[in-house]
Amino acid sequence: MFGLMKDGLLEVLERYFTLENYEGGQVRWCPGCGDSAILSAVQRICRDHQLPPEKVVAVSGIGCSSRFPHYMGTYGFHGLHGRALPVACGIKSRRPDLKIWVATGDGDCCSIGAGHWMHAIRYNMDMTVMLFDNNVYALTKKQTSPTSPRGFKSNTSPQGSWLPPVNAVQAVLGFTNVSFVAQTVDWNPIHLHATLEAAYRHRGTSFIRILQRCPTYTADIFAEVQSDPDRILLLTHEDGVAADATLKRLYKNQMAHDPADLAGARALADHPERVPIGLFYRNPDALVYEDHTSEGLGMTVDERIEAVNRAMDKFAI
Amino acid sequence: MKTAREGTDRTPAEGHAAATAGKERVEVSEQIVEIVSDSGEGAQKAGQTFGAVSAKMGNGVWTVEIIPAEIKPPARSKAGASGIRVRFGSHYVTNMGDEANLVVAFNEQVLYGRIEQHAYKAGTVILLESKWATDSQDTIRTQYAEAVEDFRNRGFVVHELPLEEACRDVIGDSRVGKNMFVLGMLCEIYDRDLARTLDEVAFIFSKKKESVIRVNQSLVRAGYDYAAANVDLRFRIPAWPHKGSQLVMNGNQAAGMGIMASGMELVAMYPITPATSVSHFLADAFPRAGGYIHQAEDEIAAVGFAIGSSYAGKTACTITSGPGFALKTEFVGLASMAEIPLVILLVQRGGPSTGLPTKVEQGELLAGLHASPGDAPKIVLAAATIEECYSFIILARRLAEAFRTPVLVLTDANLATGVQPFSRPEVTREQFAPPIDQSPWDETVPPYDWDEKTGVSARPVPGQRGGEYVLTGLAHTRWSKVAYDPESNQHSSDMRSRKLAAFQSTLKPPKVHGDPEGDLLVVGWGSTLGSIEEAVDRARARGTKVSSVHLRFLSPLEPGLGEIFSRFRRVVTVELNYSDPPEAPFIGQENRRRAHLARILRERTLVNVDCWSVVQGQPLPPAKVEDVIRDQIARVEEGDATCSA
Repeated sequence: MFGLMKDGLLEVLERYFTLENYEGGQVRWCPGCGDSAILSAVQRICRDHQLPPEKVVAVSGIGCSSRFPHYMGTYGFHGLHGRALPVACGIKSRRPDLKIWVATGDGDCCSIGAGHWMHAIRYNMDMTVMLFDNNVYALTKKQTSPTSPRGFKSNTSPQGSWLPPVNAVQAVLGFTNVSFVAQTVDWNPIHLHATLEAAYRHRGTSFIRILQRCPTYTADIFAEVQSDPDRILLLTHEDGVAADATLKRLYKNQMAHDPADLAGARALADHPERVPIGLFYRNPDALVYEDHTSEGLGMTVDERIEAVNRAMDKFAI
Repeated sequence: MKTAREGTDRTPAEGHAAATAGKERVEVSEQIVEIVSDSGEGAQKAGQTFGAVSAKMGNGVWTVEIIPAEIKPPARSKAGASGIRVRFGSHYVTNMGDEANLVVAFNEQVLYGRIEQHAYKAGTVILLESKWATDSQDTIRTQYAEAVEDFRNRGFVVHELPLEEACRDVIGDSRVGKNMFVLGMLCEIYDRDLARTLDEVAFIFSKKKESVIRVNQSLVRAGYDYAAANVDLRFRIPAWPHKGSQLVMNGNQAAGMGIMASGMELVAMYPITPATSVSHFLADAFPRAGGYIHQAEDEIAAVGFAIGSSYAGKTACTITSGPGFALKTEFVGLASMAEIPLVILLVQRGGPSTGLPTKVEQGELLAGLHASPGDAPKIVLAAATIEECYSFIILARRLAEAFRTPVLVLTDANLATGVQPFSRPEVTREQFAPPIDQSPWDETVPPYDWDEKTGVSARPVPGQRGGEYVLTGLAHTRWSKVAYDPESNQHSSDMRSRKLAAFQSTLKPPKVHGDPEGDLLVVGWGSTLGSIEEAVDRARARGTKVSSVHLRFLSPLEPGLGEIFSRFRRVVTVELNYSDPPEAPFIGQENRRRAHLARILRERTLVNVDCWSVVQGQPLPPAKVEDVIRDQIARVEEGDATCSA
């Protein structure tokens, strides 16, 4: 890649990263899994922004989507079921220089890790959190998930899921200090990329719910929305996710929802007929926790020793 | 001034009799003093100040708080006893001792809470607030009168004193200032330096208004004068010779100081008794030293946050107590599996479940060693003194990084709130973590480049070019690739376990306290050190052939134990965790559930190690250990020398 130096001369950068630099191990998701599209979009954004792979950490919990870090050519942390967010926040706390992508599933985020979900949103540390929502526990072979629609039949609900599903977008919009909430679909690469790009550019926790198809267990769950573009409501505000002419041609139902409008966003999250995609809410002024947790990073060892000695003085005789 | 008898057996009652004649000071080598009150009356503040002044005057000191389970338990109830015990003397003091010599009580009912805990004996002097004798309520007047009579029948020496009335000259609401008045009284009785005490009072109230400091100082002076005029108890406890500056703090403060002095930059915790006060200390001090304390949303998030920081190159610490540790165990297993340096400070309390949150127990040893699915080796240390609460954290950070493993530091509620002066340590650059390595990583070196002999490997840190790898809790190869094949899991398990053996090879056998051979060896760990050694010394002074060993490294275990045990006819552990009493119904050799350390020692040494343990929530008094020694020696004499079994 070329950069323009101050004196107008072209400088050949020492390192240029191609997509291959962000590719890790061989992808083992099922053929047709929506996860692959998300992986490609993230790798493209890393390439577009020329992020040094050593400065990127992909963090996940457990589940199909949580295999994500293994397929990135960056640093990765594939930890415990439900616990991606505390780890990601811990990484960021004293290493604000690292770029963090969190891959989490509907079980991981909205069920076993739900307690962390609310607080990670409140911490609002600079990272992109992608909720791969396929409405099912797939890695463990088809159990009902917190986002499974009513009537969904699984090995744990053979008569059909009885409870109403968790509305993840609506939930997040209710969390304190929320700063970026978007929704997209895995089957539209243009919108998926544009959404992740907007998320990457936002400083704070960018939460994106991605409607993600599981070809094995929930192949048909989004079929109606996918086959009928009129079921989609494209959010088109100029401060939102970029919607190009192609998207606007495909999705006739559009709305110029202002992402500064939290009450409007909450209403949209509960849309009775359509699936809104794009940016629901964004607050660039929300407090970012690493501004606090990283305080003191610049102190030298001698300064720190002096501080310890001062603390000891209070107890000294 | 007359020269007084030396010795700890001299009770204040005897001193009282001597002092009455001319109020001369009686020299004694140590005293155990308690202040007991309802919660919120400031007994602990008065006692801590008294302890600090005593330490500053050169006495050996151990203070232990008496804490009720509730914040504001009902007034005048035995379960509400709140207060402090200060043991101070002309020697190094290592534990809270046996029965108190003197107690100041703000009401008679709280004393029953302490009597239940065997805190007093015949001859113990009680300075008792007498206002209850004229209380407007019949029941209170009756309770008071009955209690005073009962105390006297128990052999206590009761002095009824109108404490509240005496403070009223200084402060209108004398209920809130009585603690400082009592502090002044104790200063006079025990010959504490008044000027130093007033300075100390100014220090502890330094965040308050000048007028608050003045009132409290006036109360101390008033108490001092009152005792001089009205209390015929006068003692002198000479200083003991020790060198250099000392730090006076409790074990939780010492651990917090250790965290700061280890160079760690991050602590993540969730409030839990009795660990929480570490974070109270750190909340103020840590940011000044460039660190951050994160109060997480729960125990699991706290350890996860710390692990995230550690993974990113900044080895972090999480602080917890039993129930919190139970929640963290899945993450601790991940740290072991994926070889993430991590320091866990586990301040033990009574269990299981919510158990005895404010009380002492050593119930987390087996959980600390084993609570994880599969085999998750980790290093486990147990601090035995306040000083070790400090130094073991520093050691733990180093070990965590050198061996790329979680390190668990065990302390307990006794150390957490106990105050004992220790030599002020020098803080050196070496004990600080070096800056994280961001130089390029040799791409041909795998992220788990296990040394076949030691299992040790260096780790790439995010930011190191060429070191990109995906850490996983799944079984993995040396390249951190998920691997389900039989060899990979076997090999990586071997490598993780081998680190403990490699570390153990660097340890020295523990020192034996007393002769290297004899009839009985008492083995302990953790906060019981002082009581066990004091009991052993007393028994040895009577000619008993008993020695003790105190273990600091529980995983890996200190080497040479089998050889040490072989030189004694009988070995017994003394612990504060559960074991079946050997005489209980159905209990025999095969089904007896033994105390934690005993189980480990039996497994490792194949020696028939016996155990004695209780779960009464109380620190271990030396006299109790003496009883154990007596019983065990009797069994040796009956021919029950089980070490050869």
